Amino acid sequence: MFNIELKDVGKSYGDNEVLRGIDLSIEQGSFTAIVGRSGCGKSTLLRIIAKLEEVSKGTLLFTGEETKEPKIRIMFQDDRLLPWKNNLNNIALGSVNQMLAKESLEKVGLIDKQSDWPDQLSGGQKQRIALARALASNPDILLFDEPLGALDALTRMEMQKLIEGLWEQQQFTSLLVTHDVTEAVHLADRVIVIDKGVIQLDEEIDLPRPRVRNEKFTYYEKKILNQILGG
Amino acid sequence: MGDKLNRNTGWYNNRFFPWVLPIVFVVLWQVLGQYNIITSTLLPTPLEVVQAAIRLFNTEELQEHVFISTQRALIGFFIGGIIGFVLGLFNGTILFSEKLTDTTIQMVRTIPHLALIPLVILWFGIGESAKVFLVAVGVMFPIYINTFNGIKNVDRKLIEMGSVYGLSRWRLFTNIILPGSLPSILVGIRYALGVMWMSLIVAETIGADSGIGFMATSAREFMQMDIVVLTIVLYAILGKLSDVIAKLFEQRLLKWNAAFNKK
Repeated sequence: MFNIELKDVGKSYGDNEVLRGIDLSIEQGSFTAIVGRSGCGKSTLLRIIAKLEEVSKGTLLFTGEETKEPKIRIMFQDDRLLPWKNNLNNIALGSVNQMLAKESLEKVGLIDKQSDWPDQLSGGQKQRIALARALASNPDILLFDEPLGALDALTRMEMQKLIEGLWEQQQFTSLLVTHDVTEAVHLADRVIVIDKGVIQLDEEIDLPRPRVRNEKFTYYEKKILNQILGG
Repeated sequence: MGDKLNRNTGWYNNRFFPWVLPIVFVVLWQVLGQYNIITSTLLPTPLEVVQAAIRLFNTEELQEHVFISTQRALIGFFIGGIIGFVLGLFNGTILFSEKLTDTTIQMVRTIPHLALIPLVILWFGIGESAKVFLVAVGVMFPIYINTFNGIKNVDRKLIEMGSVYGLSRWRLFTNIILPGSLPSILVGIRYALGVMWMSLIVAETIGADSGIGFMATSAREFMQMDIVVLTIVLYAILGKLSDVIAKLFEQRLLKWNAAFNKK
């Protein structure tokens, strides 16, 4: 298991400073959400943790008892399934063997679609296959880059439930980037608001699971939303 | 919605209707020839062409010449195809190689390869290697360009996904880059098959002592019009046949692609 430690992390593209002075430590097995307007730098932060981008300044560390590199997987906004592989083989891409791939496919409830092509599925089903692919390798850290943004409201709720359930089961460290505050409050233990490249708010969400929309829920929702809109 | 657009119920929408025009054409040709409206010294009738085919088939000349021509075409195709494919592969994946050779290849490509014939005759004479060389040069460029473009156009997002999922360079290539560029490579192969026959026809007509082109030139000298027309028909059949085979390959290899999926 790993903690993620960011110290004074900054990222610039030429003169354009996207992130600056990010100090953040994310505990292993936790569920953290990063919210903000589009272009606030939240996706860049995720890509830095995924090592798809280099930091311009500061350090990124994975700390823990183990000395090996953490296994990091991403669920992207688009499914990024390979259209030339059937669903099972798409999942097997992220897995060591077919057994684990099948198990993973069962967890997302699409075992009967194993030999179909991804293009024969709906958008929500494709994202479930993408989730199964990410889980098949038993990741230490799972990064979600607005994976539900393109789905309809009902499918999104279903997916949130599925993600929450699987996270409770497998206890991987989750980091969700989203612009949907309700989604963030629904899923995360901790919500971080980023605006103009800086952390503006770091809020613990102290609500029992499974979460319902009660007064406390709306309190958090309002607080975060005000920070985004007012800040 | 696509289904609705495709499901046209007109009486003409069946497998046989596209063949009406060719059949009418052949029948008309036969009738015009038979009643001497067209003299058979100018253009033999279809029946005469078929008779010529049977005659040459019985003396086994037909099989021999078709075999030799096909052999030349395939050898040239494989040599040129492999060179084009490997160059496309390198230039599509290694920037150094692209910067070094792509501009040069694009320049050479603009030369019509049949313009090399005088040079090729001087280099190789009119032997086998001259014909194979011409076919190989003709086939090389379409396969190069389509392999190169195919690789360049593979969705970068899928490659990024592959690297996040920890695929090695080799697995990235076999699982993502190659299958992603396959549709384009197959288009290149189909196009190259056309170029292959065309190059061979020209090469065999210029100088050969066997093959379909030789059949045509020697028949011309003896005014055997039926054989001349037969050779043209043979080229058409071989060309169509190779296209059908390529299409079958396409349907098999690209069955994941909705455009080829006949389900």
